[in-house]
Amino acid sequence: MPLTTNTILICAGGACISSGEESVKNALERKIKEYNLQEAIKIVETGCMGACSIGPLMVIYPEGVYYQKLTPKAAEKIVEEHLLKGRIVEEYLYKGDKGKIVPQPQEEIPFFSRQVKIATRNLGIIDPLNIEEYIARDGYFALYKALKEMKPEEVINTIKESGLRGRGGAGFPTGLKWEFARKAPGDEKYMICNADEGDPGAFMDRSILEGDPHTIIEAMTIAGYAIGANKGYVYVRAEYPIAIERLSEALKQAHEYGFLGENILDSGFSFDIEIRIGAGAFVCGEETALINSIEGKRGQPRVKPPYPAQKGLWGKPTNINNVETLACVPPIIKNGPQWFRQWGTEKSPGTKVFALAGKVKNTGLVEVPMGITLRELIYEIGGGSPTGKKIKAVQTGGPSGGVIPEEYFDTPVDFESLTQLGAIIGSGGMIVLDEDDCMVDVAKFFLEFTVDESCGKCTPCREGTKIMYEILNKITNGEGTEDDIETLEKLGNIIKDSSLCGLGQTAPNPVLSTLRYYKDEYIAHVRDKACPAKKCRNLISYVIDTSKCVGCTACARVCPASCIDGEIKKPHEIDQEACIKCGSCIEVCRFGAISKVSPALD
Amino acid sequence: MPKIKSLEELMKIKEETLKNVKMRESGKRGKIIVAMGTCGIAAGAKETLNAIVEALNEFSVEDIKVVQSGCMGLCEVEPTIKVEIEGEIPVTYGHVTPENAKRIVKQHIVAGDLVGDLIVKQGEE
Repeated sequence: MPLTTNTILICAGGACISSGEESVKNALERKIKEYNLQEAIKIVETGCMGACSIGPLMVIYPEGVYYQKLTPKAAEKIVEEHLLKGRIVEEYLYKGDKGKIVPQPQEEIPFFSRQVKIATRNLGIIDPLNIEEYIARDGYFALYKALKEMKPEEVINTIKESGLRGRGGAGFPTGLKWEFARKAPGDEKYMICNADEGDPGAFMDRSILEGDPHTIIEAMTIAGYAIGANKGYVYVRAEYPIAIERLSEALKQAHEYGFLGENILDSGFSFDIEIRIGAGAFVCGEETALINSIEGKRGQPRVKPPYPAQKGLWGKPTNINNVETLACVPPIIKNGPQWFRQWGTEKSPGTKVFALAGKVKNTGLVEVPMGITLRELIYEIGGGSPTGKKIKAVQTGGPSGGVIPEEYFDTPVDFESLTQLGAIIGSGGMIVLDEDDCMVDVAKFFLEFTVDESCGKCTPCREGTKIMYEILNKITNGEGTEDDIETLEKLGNIIKDSSLCGLGQTAPNPVLSTLRYYKDEYIAHVRDKACPAKKCRNLISYVIDTSKCVGCTACARVCPASCIDGEIKKPHEIDQEACIKCGSCIEVCRFGAISKVSPALD
Repeated sequence: MPKIKSLEELMKIKEETLKNVKMRESGKRGKIIVAMGTCGIAAGAKETLNAIVEALNEFSVEDIKVVQSGCMGLCEVEPTIKVEIEGEIPVTYGHVTPENAKRIVKQHIVAGDLVGDLIVKQGEE
């Protein structure tokens, strides 16, 4: 029994690691050792706590104090002041939105209190590399229940009744998928976990694997039992080295404890899991391409049908579930389908993890009940705009999704409602856009991504997305015509209908949905050669308001093209010919004298 | 590590670990605050703190948390601890050596009787 008086949970999610978690941890350890407190204070690295915008962050228990935006220096101060002397270091205290000091933000700050954590229940709470902490949080009890007290059909029925739907994007009922695989003839079957998370901005799967790897092992074993598979694969991208490392360690532990291998829990059922590392192609998140990749073939999708449930990996019946979906399985088995249904809506029960990004105060991972409105999600949990500028829309579902304008923010977030609006829940990426974001530019950004990631197997996707991208490029450069807009719409619908896999079928969505709600912006680009958001570089000019300019020369000094001229204390002027439109001058002007205009000046 | 075969084994790990985890979450009944200012540490507060945690484990007390604080300002009677139990007047004890710490846990926390000879102060500052 360790003589622990304080436990420090430090977030070791990807975002916090990138912002310097390791050096903070090292500083903590160094200072703790200096004061000879290493036996009394335990440091635990946890998975992503979700509040990425304030990272690196840590919680000190038993007080439950959150410290944010840590540096090694901050860590040293916290050891000396908080741990040694018991004084809270207010400088780094996480205070929430209102600036009020809240010692236990999990209970009082909306970012935490509005969340319901099922898939991310252990993130930031347990040490991911400690199997016993997972067990302490009811880990592997569902496995016991499934293997010893339930028939495979009962397991499938429980999942069916819970209404759990695939969290990877398509929202297909998980229980039904399991049933197909179970009923497919054949005595050799496979269970695959799809951890090839590829949507730009979405990182919930990585966070779950990093922060709670055992839940995936437990869920896959349960699923294996339900469908009749003895072998599982986790297909995870090589860009997730920490996830791979922690999952490998967790697999080892699960073997030691007898949760994997032969005759698990004395039930007669045997199951094993192997990790397959993908090379980070977006298309490999598509299930048939993923199967090809595991088989060692080029990662290109197959024609469906046959579906993987009939003819999947090595031609055998295969079931594929996404990480977040699987993370919901153990608590559903343990607590029953009705427990899961207390959250969410009739058709979309439970919760969903969203990756909030863009123009909101609190960016990060949030798990909320389905059916919450976009407004609650963006304003209450996300904290609204950080700059006070008007939020214009939200982009959901990444390169397969679309935009939802502000006037629809009272729509409940569930699979059907968002699809009706031309967007999708997708994997849960949510990018908040404000008045500075140009919708044509947003569409172009996602199209560029799909053009890069199209595998090239089918023509509509390979050629079509490229042509759409070129047209968007033309429009943002001010060379588009009204015919181009029509072509975009027509081509988009053709690609949607005729592509082979989900990648191509959804690739035009960002364009089609921006066309649906923001056609006026497209028209402004082609007819007036103007970008209403003043974002597209070729359609704007920077100008100095001579009545406001005091001639401080700050802009002239910072201009990399040396295109700003003027005498000291006299209004300056920008040479439009030489201006490269980098925007440096606006940033340094303290008098608000520089602004953007669109269309561009000649 | 022998492979787990039964629910009992699983429960055992859960309970053992929870005991550890509970240390980081808050206790329900009250807390013992150990003054860990420089003077307290110099007078042996670290040993006291360890003794308290050991004693709490020994008597399976799970609803009391151990917290450290800064110097309480009673440097001459260090190490000092303060016992705060919900619904009771807080009690500050002085000269809390590891032996005395064990006595306080046994007599005050477990049995509910104050340890008269060690009391420095009753009530809030």
